[in-house]
Amino acid sequence: MATRKSTKKPNVSADELKSYYRDMLLIRRFEEKAGQLYGMGLIGGFCHLYIGQEAVVVGLEAAAEEGDKRITTYRDHGHMLACGMDPKGVMAELTGREGGYSKGKGGSMHMFSTEKDFYGGHGIVGANVPLGAGLAFADKYLENNRVTFTYFGDGAANQGQVYETFNMAALWDLPVVFVIENNQYAMGTSQKRSTSTPDIYTRGEAFGIPGEAVDGMDVLAVKEAGEKAVAHCRDGKGPYILEIKTYRYRGHSMSDPAKYRTREEVQKMREEKDAIEHVRDLLLSGKHATEEDLKAIDKEIKGVVNDAAEFSKDSPEPAVEELWTDIYTDVAPQNA
Amino acid sequence: MATEILMPALSPTMEEGTLAKWLVKEGDEVSSGDILAEIETDKATMEFEAVDEGTIGKILVEEGSEGVKVNTPIAVLLEEGESADDIESASSPAEPEPSSEAKEESAPAKAKSDDAPDIPKPDTSPDWPDGTEMKTMTVREAINTAMAEEMRNDETVFVMGEEVAEYQGAYKITQGLLDEFGGKRVIDTPITEHGFAGIGVGASWGGLRPIVEFMTWNFAMQAIDQIINSAAKTLYMSGGQMGSPIVFRGPNGAAARVGAQHSQDYAAWYAHVPGLKVVQPYSAADAKGLLKSAIRDPNPVIFLENEILYGKSFEVPVLDDFTIPFGKAKIWREGSDVTIVSFGIGMTYALEAAEKLAEDGVEAEVIDLRTLRPIDYDTVIASVMKTNRCVTVEEGFPVASIGNHITATLMERAFDYLDAPVINCTGKDVPMPYAANLEKLALTSTDEVLEAVNKVTYR
Repeated sequence: MATRKSTKKPNVSADELKSYYRDMLLIRRFEEKAGQLYGMGLIGGFCHLYIGQEAVVVGLEAAAEEGDKRITTYRDHGHMLACGMDPKGVMAELTGREGGYSKGKGGSMHMFSTEKDFYGGHGIVGANVPLGAGLAFADKYLENNRVTFTYFGDGAANQGQVYETFNMAALWDLPVVFVIENNQYAMGTSQKRSTSTPDIYTRGEAFGIPGEAVDGMDVLAVKEAGEKAVAHCRDGKGPYILEIKTYRYRGHSMSDPAKYRTREEVQKMREEKDAIEHVRDLLLSGKHATEEDLKAIDKEIKGVVNDAAEFSKDSPEPAVEELWTDIYTDVAPQNA
Repeated sequence: MATEILMPALSPTMEEGTLAKWLVKEGDEVSSGDILAEIETDKATMEFEAVDEGTIGKILVEEGSEGVKVNTPIAVLLEEGESADDIESASSPAEPEPSSEAKEESAPAKAKSDDAPDIPKPDTSPDWPDGTEMKTMTVREAINTAMAEEMRNDETVFVMGEEVAEYQGAYKITQGLLDEFGGKRVIDTPITEHGFAGIGVGASWGGLRPIVEFMTWNFAMQAIDQIINSAAKTLYMSGGQMGSPIVFRGPNGAAARVGAQHSQDYAAWYAHVPGLKVVQPYSAADAKGLLKSAIRDPNPVIFLENEILYGKSFEVPVLDDFTIPFGKAKIWREGSDVTIVSFGIGMTYALEAAEKLAEDGVEAEVIDLRTLRPIDYDTVIASVMKTNRCVTVEEGFPVASIGNHITATLMERAFDYLDAPVINCTGKDVPMPYAANLEKLALTSTDEVLEAVNKVTYR
């Protein structure tokens, strides 16, 4: 874990800082609520919570411009909220209802919003990496001057197709930021036990892709690194790798008892490194906000999350006809 | 208001569990993230955390209790200012589980086949108007022309694959495209099928219409996850938001003496997958018309060519914009005694057998399916209703073959019309051998088709 650059003065406005606080808090409260709904049996199957990693997506979204794209793996709720997707639509997809982003047909791992340039939500570890490079390929081909953020984890970083993609992305100068969210555990296997070298960001060197490690518990550090990476891509210099060192507080999925690490390790991270507490401290110590201001934000977020939960319970299950729609763009499925 | 803490579901399959241990007692203050209890699920012992803050007002289920159903209230949490006396008024039964009851009407698959018309209505319209000027062309030229025409029509169409540009195509299918369209649209990839198939799918989401060439379909097995999990399923998983307009194409099936890893027919593999369209042309006219349709199609299309057919010549209509729709079989030869159903290179055996049968006075109706998803069932069924006998021909493995599926469909929709069991002529159930004599035995043959026809006609 990189140490916090606590002495550094934030070069962002009070409003920006507050918006990061708000966005990170939304993700955390949303995920806590999702965990609760899972416990009640309202959410089924797999549910991977983003709690602890909030600064990664919020920092990078602060570096993104209108029209930039993002694609990620299965721990995707945070990315969707950070890029402005409606919490109601996300939660209703988790509960498998008609009001969900995929009309209930995708679930936690498979949501998309072309409107917000969010391209999923992918359940096969590593598979979204060439897909993200393909989005960047299209932008370069169409001369859109857009950048694609392709997120994956320290676990996915060991998949072969990641390196196939690094090679082509560098060869063709694709405008893609490879964001490795290193939360230190690939499901239950620690990075030490799965990865031959400790610094994953150096793995682009063989392909001529620059990379750097970033403190993922510091939203301002993430934003700064993101801006650098985006500028590199937009200048036509090809891909960039950010290895963002972060930590997930919860298990891999809801059914993970997390016996591969100690409770103390998790507690220490929460107490000493929490990204939301960090911004809260900056806001209060810099006199950018009062306790009351922050309480008001907390209250607003609680309302947003509760509304999303209510919506996700009230929205009906998809109509049975939906079984047979969206298989082909133009035609009904064949009646075999 | 006091809230009930419910027995949580802590795995996708958990219905009940053991409340192994309480880590809090009545009167304890808790905040979000504190561990309340240890719960044994069907898989593991899990720590159960508090979501809200408050005071534990009452514990309703003692530790050690087994078989506690999910959603049973196990404790009551009091908010600031409440006392245990408020517990009686604590609200409401557990949320009913919404999705557990399968709805009665959830059998549309069956409903669909019931609705299927008993009387097939094949589309018998000609593929091009009578009197159209024709030109002799190889399958290779037909595929090349189809790509070039579509690339002229649509700037977003591009072709990528191994050796497609400077080398002019490993099988010369992309010959001349680099010269006409340049390196931006005719792209040599490294040898990295998994990677470039994924890049192709991503590009199709980003507004392009990629043609991804696999040097052979054997190598596409490295990429099959991207073809199925990413290209075929995303439209459904996104609730209709995002389709994948992409063509995957290349030579499929056995060539000659190239051994087990380079000789396999993937027709049945891809035809299995909803979300894909699957084409396997035989003639040059079909290769051209169907590939143009494939490139324009908003869905992912698997286009299975054949190396041995590349050099074969056929008559192709000279028309400015010639396409053939998917799901429309072609009757190559009309006949009343037996129906032979095939596609791709299997058609060479089917047609040759039909010639020989005609010499013996047996008139076979030969149907080329042309597309395997969708399949033109109506043309096949209408034919079998007339001939009452059917033989299928393909080079793929026998288990779960296209022929098996045609047979099952005939049993469902034309059982009373069958005068003999349907016979499937297929490749043998062995990896492809190298030795010339064994390779010949491993494939199906005209003789096998003749033998099958004799059997179903009881001759």
